[in-house]
Amino acid sequence: MMKKLLLLLITAAALMTLLQRPANASLEIVITDGVNSARPIAVVPFRWLGEGPAPQGLTEVIAADLMRSGKFNPIPQNAMPQMPSSENEIDYPSWASLGVEAVLVGTIEPYAVDRYTVSFQIVDILRGQITSGTRMLRNGELVTAQDHILDARRSVINGDQFRQYAHRISDVFYETMTGERGAFMTRIAYVTVNHNDDKPYQLVVADYDGYDEKVLLRSPEPLMSPSWSPDGNKLAYVSFENKRPEIFIQDIYTTRREKMTNFPGINSSPVWSPNGERLAMVLSKDGNPEVYVMDINSKELQRVTRHHAIDTEPSWAPDGKSLLFTSERGGRPQIYSVNLDSGQVRRLTFEGEQNLGGTWTPNGQQVVMVNRTQGNYHIAKQDYPNGAMQVLTQTSLDESPSLAPNGSMVIYSTTHNNQQVLALVSVDGRFKARLPAREGEVKSPAWSPFLR
Amino acid sequence: MNANQLLKSLLIAVPMLTLAACSSSQGADDAANQQTNQQQQQGRDSGSGVELDAAERTKTPEEIRAEKMETLQRENIIYFAFDDSRVSSEYGELLADHAEFLVQNPNVDVTIEGHADERGTPEYNIALGERRAKAVAQYLQNLGVSSSQIETVSYGEEKPLVNASTQAAYAKNRRAVLVY
Repeated sequence: MMKKLLLLLITAAALMTLLQRPANASLEIVITDGVNSARPIAVVPFRWLGEGPAPQGLTEVIAADLMRSGKFNPIPQNAMPQMPSSENEIDYPSWASLGVEAVLVGTIEPYAVDRYTVSFQIVDILRGQITSGTRMLRNGELVTAQDHILDARRSVINGDQFRQYAHRISDVFYETMTGERGAFMTRIAYVTVNHNDDKPYQLVVADYDGYDEKVLLRSPEPLMSPSWSPDGNKLAYVSFENKRPEIFIQDIYTTRREKMTNFPGINSSPVWSPNGERLAMVLSKDGNPEVYVMDINSKELQRVTRHHAIDTEPSWAPDGKSLLFTSERGGRPQIYSVNLDSGQVRRLTFEGEQNLGGTWTPNGQQVVMVNRTQGNYHIAKQDYPNGAMQVLTQTSLDESPSLAPNGSMVIYSTTHNNQQVLALVSVDGRFKARLPAREGEVKSPAWSPFLR
Repeated sequence: MNANQLLKSLLIAVPMLTLAACSSSQGADDAANQQTNQQQQQGRDSGSGVELDAAERTKTPEEIRAEKMETLQRENIIYFAFDDSRVSSEYGELLADHAEFLVQNPNVDVTIEGHADERGTPEYNIALGERRAKAVAQYLQNLGVSSSQIETVSYGEEKPLVNASTQAAYAKNRRAVLVY
């Protein structure tokens, strides 16, 4: 118990240093809850085998990734009993005594001009205590037991690929330790608003950790509801640049963009279908807000809802056969599902005063939404189609939940110190973190699909 | 002064004043007024016994309309209760003024912007903002305004009047704005 407490204290003290970021980074993570429930691990700084200064940043990025996943608690460097660079240097009992489950060790070696060989091993400390150095019979031969080495890889990368490769190693580590695919090589799209700017509204994409921020569009008028194409190459969004809402699709890499709709009234909530061929959207051209599905190539529309109450916020089921949507047909906004073939509508939520902005988890087994109870807006989840609702957040005015493609985390918009910022919560609700902006508001986050 | 003389002086004074108004900027107008005041002062000081006075000029229909629109543009916001799009009776007079103006000037168009406070999701608030804008549009139509003169657009929670998370700010942000 004392050991765990000590570890926690060291971790908390080292958090600030570990997660310190260069001044040009736009997002800075503040872990607000959940470190104590995460699994202790160690990301040992990779040993530099070349001359001169070592390339910086690789292991810091990996440790930050794994901490931010909410599943791991990387111990700070100054708490490490030793700095091994490979499995055979590891003193197992000293790591085991700290409660560390696994360590990541490795080396960086010069390969050519601005090219490096990066090698790493993921080592299971508990298993290693038992089997390391022992010999065992395999296929009739006596071999050294290696089953404590969970993964080992070697790659040659360019000098400008360290961040990217760090995310790759994080993905490998995460998948090795949890059995689920990592989502560290992903991006988020979001909207920033800074009223001191002559073009206050900006559509931005960045790595999921806020690095490598790129502004895709600057506008004097509001931008809303970015949604990723399933191939990760395009965004659909709403722009008021012509003093009214219109839906656009923009290629992230070529800047080519196409206006998809400019119907009278509302044009909102574009959401890409899982197969990339259709856009669900909300139009009020026929009198009041209704959900439609548009074929992207032909621009042909299929009307999905037909009710005099507000119907909005469509979200695709992972199989593309049905949509969630928010409707006021029961008096107050609640989440409903509609089967696209049969048109059958079913109410899913009954708890709280309102439920809005529903989105399916990637496995289709749960729905994440905005729940309003006693006037407070929080992110909540519920088993699909029915089950108890669990409120995940305690922040205020939470909205726009978007799930990581592996379903592990939700990124959402919240209000902190009178400013809209982004925040993260793990789907089990245990881990919570905040990503404050430098200035202005940050809203409408959308997590990309798996990239590369 | 008999009626004939009054008419004559008006015939001279009105075009002159109108000309002055048309040809001079705001700053120049101020300078002219000052000069007049000085002349008045001098007139009194000289002790000649004359008093200068200005005639009230007749406004052209365009000027009257511009003035009316200026008044309407100052009184152009209808506030709503939380999650509500009913037009409160306290805005009856304000909307009647707008309706009267629009009925009298059928070539003038108005855009009604609907807005919501920041609570709830942005997409739902777009729907709520549209409902508020449409409630005001319907109100004007009931007072005889042609639907062809009215456009509605909802900005949801995207353009708050007051950028704060307080009840007072929310009350200011739940609004419909008539824009000419």
